[in-house]
Amino acid sequence: MSDTRRGRIWTRLGRQPTFYVAAVILSVLALMALAPGLFTSTDPMDCDLAFSRVGPGDGAYFGYNLQGCDLYSRTIHGARASLVVGVFATTLVVLIGGGLGTVAGYFGSWVDAVVSRITDVFFGIPLLLGALVVLVAFPSDVTTPAWQTTGKVVLAITVLGWTTVARIMRADVIEAKEADYVDAARSLGAGHWAILRRHVLPNAIAPVLAWATVAVGTFIAVEATLSFIGIGLQPPVVSWGVEIGEAQAYVRQSPHMIVFPSAFLSVTVLAFVLLGDAVRRALHPPRPKGR
Amino acid sequence: MCMRRYVLRRLLQFVPVLLGATFLIYAMMWALPGDPLAGRCGDRACPQSYVDRMTEAYNLSDPLVVQYVKYMAGVFTGDLGTTFAGVPVADELLSRLPLTAQLAGLAIVFEIILGVTAGVLAALRPGGLLDSAILVSTLIVVAIPMFVLALLGQSFFGVELGWFPVTSDGSLLSLILPAVVLGSVSVAVVARVMRSSMIASLQADHVRTAQAKGLAPRRVVVAHGVRNSLIPVTTLVGADLGVLLGGTVVVEMIFNINGIGDLLLRSVGDGEIGTVTATVTMLVLAFLIINLVVDLLYPLLDPRIRHE
Repeated sequence: MSDTRRGRIWTRLGRQPTFYVAAVILSVLALMALAPGLFTSTDPMDCDLAFSRVGPGDGAYFGYNLQGCDLYSRTIHGARASLVVGVFATTLVVLIGGGLGTVAGYFGSWVDAVVSRITDVFFGIPLLLGALVVLVAFPSDVTTPAWQTTGKVVLAITVLGWTTVARIMRADVIEAKEADYVDAARSLGAGHWAILRRHVLPNAIAPVLAWATVAVGTFIAVEATLSFIGIGLQPPVVSWGVEIGEAQAYVRQSPHMIVFPSAFLSVTVLAFVLLGDAVRRALHPPRPKGR
Repeated sequence: MCMRRYVLRRLLQFVPVLLGATFLIYAMMWALPGDPLAGRCGDRACPQSYVDRMTEAYNLSDPLVVQYVKYMAGVFTGDLGTTFAGVPVADELLSRLPLTAQLAGLAIVFEIILGVTAGVLAALRPGGLLDSAILVSTLIVVAIPMFVLALLGQSFFGVELGWFPVTSDGSLLSLILPAVVLGSVSVAVVARVMRSSMIASLQADHVRTAQAKGLAPRRVVVAHGVRNSLIPVTTLVGADLGVLLGGTVVVEMIFNINGIGDLLLRSVGDGEIGTVTATVTMLVLAFLIINLVVDLLYPLLDPRIRHE
């Protein structure tokens, strides 16, 4: 992407009010994930059953959960798991789906046919069901190290999640490679790699970026859902989905155990949706009327 | 003639996707973990009788492809294996199908009626108050994960207001709240697509002609706007069925509905991988077949497709 074009996109991004809302929320969340100690000094693992399901008040802003752990501290510490899964899964999905889509779009013919049929097959399995199958194949329990449990969730989402980005990328690359300057570069002797890197990808990447921003939010929701039904992240990992899942049976008696982690989760997903919206508008400004 | 070629092409594309997707599920389930039976019996090693029975029932000593072919032969003759309790999985699925079908059906009806209405109303005055309200509310609904919506709906409409039963007793009335939750995300998506599609079709030249010749505004909107805009919505409803099928697992769990999603989750909890495979395979088949039907109905809605 040329510097002037990048500058224009940043300017247009700066004109979107939703961009600032999303940016502020996501900065706070990122800080929470990196340094939860800035927000709370209570240990999320310091639990006392005597406080089980005690409501908010008296130093515990959000009250206590079923095990009598401080819910505010657990909610703050829960940001890390969600962001890690969302960001890693999206990165892998963009690399795999983007790579396959680029190859299919650029080389066409039988390469395209093979990649597109494989994409169709994976596309035929709904994300949540497929992720569930992967996680059943690789079960985790309380003794599994946290990084492995998290890795399995990332893997489950990645295996099924890459198809949309592959389709978007393929269509973009097909469009971008038709340009005259690609022909010009080729006739000047540029190799495939140089053409892809300098001419095709910079022009094809924009829609993928907008999609990927929203995808972080989607994948965070999928992780929370899997954790909620008990096959995603597991208890030693502090996670919003796990927290809500454990509280589910007490929705009547102790709604505070559900409300606070749910609010954090929903606001996080919303922030990524808003940011994606702003990015999309910055990349494709609506045409002025009358043209 | 062209129509027949379209149908034939779609059917030819469908077969490899169907085989590929079911094979993928089978392979992930039985071949990915190395030993599919490891860790199925809690902390202890599985008893030999269990290992023998599973090996026999699922042909685990055969190569993967042979296992899969034998399995699919069973699927197409209605033999999906048996649960640990000895009930044929096919019977278990059939007895639970009506509830899940009702739930999904209600959700789709809700999704189409509310989504289309909201989209049309929003498109009538783009940028107006109603449009902004609909855009903001769809944004919020999309951002809240379905299980959170279900818990919210359950505690507010079920517990606080008492309008709906908190858990399902299988009656149609008790399925309304779960179906609304299940369809809510899709409502938002349908409304957004309907809105932008309506705005685009109302700007088309033939619509301006219709207005100029004095056709009543209501008829312009319905005959030229809504009819054309329903085409993208149809595809969307088919594609969104994937979200719906995943959502039934969560919604059935929260509202205690004894449907297929509930069976799936129970089998996961009990380590009944045979039942899990069968259930997921059937759900994916349903997803693919319904999308095929939508694809085949497409040319009836949009004559342009026939002359592709």
